[in-house]
Amino acid sequence: MMPVFTEHFGNASSIHWFGQQAKTMIDDARSKVAKLINAETSEIVFLSGGTEADNLAIRGIAESQKSRGKHIITSQIEHHAVMHTCKDLEKQGYEVTWIPVSRDGLVDPGNIQRALRPDSILISIMHANNEIGTIQPIEEIGAIAEAADVYFHSDGVQSTGKIPVDVRRLKVDMYSISGHKIHGPKGAGALFIRKGTILKPLMTGGGHERNRRSGTENVAGIVGLGEAARLARLGLSTEMPRVEALRNRLEAGLKARIEMIHVNGEDAPRLPNTSNIMVDFAEGEGLVISLDLKGVAVSTGSACSSGSLEPSHVLTAIGKTPDEAHGSLRLSLSALTTEEDIDYVIHVLPGIVERLRELSPYYKKV
Amino acid sequence: MAYSQKLLDYFQNPRCVGEIVDASGIAEVSNPVCGDVMKLWVKVADGRIVDAKFKAQGCSAAIATSSYATEMIIGRDVNAAKSITKEEIAEALGGLPAGKIHCSVLACDAIREALK
Ligand SMILES: Cc1ncc(COP(=O)(O)O)c(C=O)c1O
Ligand SMILES: [Zn+2]
Repeated sequence: MMPVFTEHFGNASSIHWFGQQAKTMIDDARSKVAKLINAETSEIVFLSGGTEADNLAIRGIAESQKSRGKHIITSQIEHHAVMHTCKDLEKQGYEVTWIPVSRDGLVDPGNIQRALRPDSILISIMHANNEIGTIQPIEEIGAIAEAADVYFHSDGVQSTGKIPVDVRRLKVDMYSISGHKIHGPKGAGALFIRKGTILKPLMTGGGHERNRRSGTENVAGIVGLGEAARLARLGLSTEMPRVEALRNRLEAGLKARIEMIHVNGEDAPRLPNTSNIMVDFAEGEGLVISLDLKGVAVSTGSACSSGSLEPSHVLTAIGKTPDEAHGSLRLSLSALTTEEDIDYVIHVLPGIVERLRELSPYYKKV
Repeated sequence: MAYSQKLLDYFQNPRCVGEIVDASGIAEVSNPVCGDVMKLWVKVADGRIVDAKFKAQGCSAAIATSSYATEMIIGRDVNAAKSITKEEIAEALGGLPAGKIHCSVLACDAIREALK
């Protein structure tokens, strides 16, 4: 990425030589991203991140297809980038069906099939959930979308680089990718848009990115994203199995040493790097702060830390009460996580949980 | 982290934790906003709080403010204790981040309830 700031500072739309150099670097990044998800190079649009990718896919289709219909199908556990976009479209007169999920956090494709109507224009179901890591049956939903001739978008921000993704096999028309979720730069992302997909751009201007996204390209971000995509593809077979083994070690270790904890989505297909556990008689924010003081960074779906003061909509959708969501903890691993890191958490968390439980008026030692 | 050292200290080393067997007043309050809960035991003699203990299940701010408020009321007369405000507690702990002010309500509610 650094050479882009120091040497190759050209504008990719300019015809002078250093502009062309920038264009070459972008094209190179584009083919790396395309390769990661088995797309064609021309089907990758660079933009500012996962949020913009989700917005472009959903709003782009909503706009371009509104003469055909105004019905959209999505799930109750989407990232805010999808959820709030769909809620905004509801205000603009679109109708949205919010598909529930099972207690394991899975969408039943049969529910998608049953939700389809003659005026349905878009199905948007995330590939893997950002809180609990459950992997949706995208291929089956893709087949349903194809048979019904309805556009299908999937938010692949969490799944890209963690599990193999093949947009042809999944039959998605659009697929969102974010740079910083694959160890790339923040503020860079991509949207796969299948050839022939008709979608109205959010940004109008100079017609960059084949008219899909106007605006001078963020060359450094794109180059970083391309390199991250290349490394992520290699890591799928070298790093992810190791990460999954670490995650399993973490969960087994915690379950052996702490009573009354539960792993969310445990029986569903899950990302190798995500663990969402629920700790009875302890509150999530207190757990997060305690771990932070010991150098471990995790997050929680507790209302106390959400800003909105609502428990996580994902935990609510999998049937957890606000009380249960109160004690949730999300641990994310990566290719950089070591066995020592995991063993450290297994070592410190039981004491933290015990201390908070001792403070609880409801906890009775068993 | 947006918490003061003092608040973190009360979270990590809470004072006045426990129960009082012969309490003169007990309150169990929960925060309607975020679900934090606090239980407070007080012992009153001659219009003065001679002992107080608490337990809480909640975020770090809830635990710290509960502990601080419990410690604060010991030795005070009942009316003075009832007039303690959430702002007073928050301020004494070096202030709370904007989104966490509601956590200090818990302790005030519990004090008033236990001294009713
Ligand atoms: C599933 C999912 N979608 C979308 C986003 C938004 O991506 P970005 O931060 O690049 O805008 C995230 C990021 O947290 C995510 O986890
Ligand atoms: Zn709280």
